[in-house]
Amino acid sequence: MNILFAVLLLGGLALLAGIVLAIASRVFHIEGDPMMERIDAVLPQTQCGQCGYPGCKPYATAVASGEVDVNKCVPGGERAMLAIADLMGVPPKEVEEEAAPPMLAYIREDECIGCTLCIKACPVDAIIGAPKQYHTVVESHCTGCTLCVEPCPVDCIDMLGKPEVLEEWTWSAPGKSRLVIEDSAEGETHVRAA
Amino acid sequence: MSEFALIMLSAVLVNNFVLTKFLGICPFLGVSRKLETAVGMSLAVLFVMTLASTASWLVQQFILIPFDLMYLQTIFFILIIAVLVQFIEMLIHKSSPVLYQALGIFLPLITTNCAVLGVALLNVQQEQTFMTSALYGFGSALGFALVLLLFAGLRERIDKAPVPEAFKGSAVSLITAGLMSLAFMGFSGLVKV
Repeated sequence: MNILFAVLLLGGLALLAGIVLAIASRVFHIEGDPMMERIDAVLPQTQCGQCGYPGCKPYATAVASGEVDVNKCVPGGERAMLAIADLMGVPPKEVEEEAAPPMLAYIREDECIGCTLCIKACPVDAIIGAPKQYHTVVESHCTGCTLCVEPCPVDCIDMLGKPEVLEEWTWSAPGKSRLVIEDSAEGETHVRAA
Repeated sequence: MSEFALIMLSAVLVNNFVLTKFLGICPFLGVSRKLETAVGMSLAVLFVMTLASTASWLVQQFILIPFDLMYLQTIFFILIIAVLVQFIEMLIHKSSPVLYQALGIFLPLITTNCAVLGVALLNVQQEQTFMTSALYGFGSALGFALVLLLFAGLRERIDKAPVPEAFKGSAVSLITAGLMSLAFMGFSGLVKV
């Protein structure tokens, strides 16, 4: 008898809770933005964040509200871009390539002829060396701008990926959680906080 | 008043849920990769644990004790806490999109996390009053938040540190967590509740 009462009480309470939740989901139903949902449907759902938004849905929201271009989705490529442009009724735009990771110049010293041309090209004086002597790159000063690669007559400068080290790593500034990648007129890529 | 202060101090430092009682280890290791998500998770835990300890106290006093059903504590607490959290998630989703973005995604994750259920059961064991159980829930969550934030900060730095190959990833995180737990053992004896 006691057990029967316990089962009924728990079952009744669970039933009541289920009914309350069912009613609540009706009452608090959220009308989604239909345009955002249609854009979200054509995105690849990789949630890669290469568009500068934390995922596909935030990007779809931003596109639907018109605050960002239709061509930021790299994995979706041209197919996704054309579909979004069609949905939004805007002219298609070429899809941007992935932003390059930070680079460092590296001189292969045994091939260097000591011509000093790269030293003159370097805008931040990160290359040291004298005429007819090997040149080398001061890693902490190099900005990875690639300006020294072109002048080198023997092509002994490589651009290598810059390793992230603890000494140079800093906390990101508070309150700037969402980063937006945008391109300036000079073709440089800037990351700014939205 | 000093009793309340003692409960808080005890819950946050001495009987820390994560590092002393080893409850809530899953979110502690799972959401501590980034400081930002750790903040969201902490706020969600703060909210849910306070809610859970008050709700379970009410269930205990007005359902379980009158009907002599103490042996069904766990299942009753799970039911009530899960329903309340689910209901409030819907409410937040409807009324405040901003708050939902910050908290919403974490709420279902911790609906009946072991730390949440733990605070409810411990409250009952310690025969707290309504006020002290609410405070104990809040304090425990505060302790969880403190430890989670500290750990997330450490992990963000460890990610960039030259860790030996064999210790990379989870291994060094677990060692760090162990060292933190050792450090928190230093608080034992500070308060006896």
